Amino acid sequence: MEGHAKTVKLTLNELERGVTSRLFSGSFKYYLAVAFSAFLVLAALVAGIHSIIVGHHHTYNVNREIAWGILIATYVFFVVTSTGLCLVSSIGHVFGVESYMPIAKRSVFLSIATILGGFFVIAFEIKLPWRMAVYNVISPNITSNIWWMGTLYGAYLVLMMFEFFFLIINKHRPAFFCGFFGAIAGIAAHSNLGAVFGLLMGREFWHGPYMSIYFIASAMMTGTAVIYLFHFLAYKVNGQSLENDKPMLASLDVVRRLGILLLCVIIFFTTWKMVAGVAGQPGGKYEAVMALVKGPYAINFWVFEAGFGLILPLVMFYFSRGKNLIMMFWGSVLMLIGIFIMRYDLVIVGQVVPVFHELGVNEFKHLLHYVPSFHEIVITLGGFGVTFFLFLVGEKIFDGHKVDPHHH
Amino acid sequence: MRDKIKQIRSRDNEGIENISVEERRHFLKMGLAVTGVFCGGTIISAVSAVNKVYASAGEYAAKYPYKPHYSMVIHVDRCVDCELCMQACVKTNHVPDYGYRTTILERDVPDAVGQKREFIPVLCNQCNLPQCTRVCPTRATYKNKENGIVMMDISKCIGCLTCQMGCPYNARYFSEEIHAVDKCDFCYKSRLSKGEKISACAEACPAGVRIFGDLSDPSSPVYNRVHQLEKAVWVMRPEAGTRPNIYYTKG
Repeated sequence: MEGHAKTVKLTLNELERGVTSRLFSGSFKYYLAVAFSAFLVLAALVAGIHSIIVGHHHTYNVNREIAWGILIATYVFFVVTSTGLCLVSSIGHVFGVESYMPIAKRSVFLSIATILGGFFVIAFEIKLPWRMAVYNVISPNITSNIWWMGTLYGAYLVLMMFEFFFLIINKHRPAFFCGFFGAIAGIAAHSNLGAVFGLLMGREFWHGPYMSIYFIASAMMTGTAVIYLFHFLAYKVNGQSLENDKPMLASLDVVRRLGILLLCVIIFFTTWKMVAGVAGQPGGKYEAVMALVKGPYAINFWVFEAGFGLILPLVMFYFSRGKNLIMMFWGSVLMLIGIFIMRYDLVIVGQVVPVFHELGVNEFKHLLHYVPSFHEIVITLGGFGVTFFLFLVGEKIFDGHKVDPHHH
Repeated sequence: MRDKIKQIRSRDNEGIENISVEERRHFLKMGLAVTGVFCGGTIISAVSAVNKVYASAGEYAAKYPYKPHYSMVIHVDRCVDCELCMQACVKTNHVPDYGYRTTILERDVPDAVGQKREFIPVLCNQCNLPQCTRVCPTRATYKNKENGIVMMDISKCIGCLTCQMGCPYNARYFSEEIHAVDKCDFCYKSRLSKGEKISACAEACPAGVRIFGDLSDPSSPVYNRVHQLEKAVWVMRPEAGTRPNIYYTKG
């Protein structure tokens, strides 16, 4: 581990030279990846602006009954990920657990990159985002979970940015405070996002306190996979060997152990969520849960949510013993694919049972149907583009997020 | 088997006078339950309707949160799906072709005795505890303080559609024409605020399905229909806890 100079004062020119030389030090694959993620962002911008101009109902497949589609699911995915990164990284530099220190800086940066990915997507999901900027401030509704979620995530983003800034200039006291309050804002914001769904009465699949609790546990689980995945990729980007970085490996191993614990927690949560949806066949909830168990979402549930998202990563995280890095990498990739489908199912399956289903009318006898449109998929990919672009460029600008072990 | 049938046929009718009170009650209960299922949603008897669906239980005749407390009673069995109400609504409130403020749902029950189809008009329930106004981040949708109508301030709507998700009655849609969520306002903007007394749909209905009025005014046609014990009055999805102001009845 190279000692990063806290004491060495760089002039602005030297700083600029350093950043520039690092930005031009990438491999061909690196620039290809940067160009590809930039292309995804541009394509999404075009699709999003096109939708605003011609009207969303021409380009998105959401409708009156299924008003929230893949873009809400993607937003949830990104903010879950960001909150998870914030929480897992805070174990080290906020709560003082030494073994979590090495992952902290990159994780804080990634929590900013992922939430910006989420905000990018939601900006095109909300029909009139510019009004939000004005009326969230001058006409707030404090009984609205959406209002709290948006406001707290705004505060969260600012706190995480300050925290990252203080971490790079090695000011650990203010970084601690920003991290502490950032984690609180993140937990409050994220549980409010759970409540956006959970407090809707008459939407039985979501209704109850479960969502808020589940979201926090699930965020930390996601955080462990993302931390592993991006650290693995970062060492490739920087042309370094992860195998030889013992403190980092040790840190990633405790993240792996935390991941195993949280996978078990979410398996436990999911099991009871499903059992509660089947036992006694509760109206509205039963139909939705059965859509996952043996209906149109069964493949999503059994293969992606249960298989990719939970069981396989659990097996791979366990048997890698923290030493088989490739197995850990693929375990993390599978887990993130599974988690994305989890978010998709969470949002869509919550709406497939029509509100008038139990009335037995012809219009709403059957489950509703939704498939994302081309525009929606392009904007979804754009969210990933934002995160990957920021990650790739961030690695160069911030010099691989090097951590000085003596300054914590 | 034939012998058994013959044996039963040969017996005298046991008559109703021998049926115990319990049995009779049981039978009646079953009948009521069946009626309940066919009436749609949960039937609340008129007595409990007063307690459950009212703004303030027990004080219903005297105290309402709004004056006038606008409400609609729908005689669901009178509806023949002529859709004049829907046409009047579209014309009066400039509703685009991809949306609706009110519609008529159709239920076929092929196994039913007698009538096998019924039509159920639905619209915004102007709830006393609306979820849409609670979840709106910018107070773009709100309860009108005087008359309890759930209104839209379209300039504040950010199009997050959380109100649409919160509504247990599917009463809202996003209008690309006005760049905001649109919904039934009992024709407040188009008619009531200009001195008209009833909504366009109620006026257009040729069969007297939609009775519009002030629930707090004993002289209003909705008053007697709700404040009585003889005939069942119910609301849609009472379990959602929104205290709706659209009542359904038959006859």
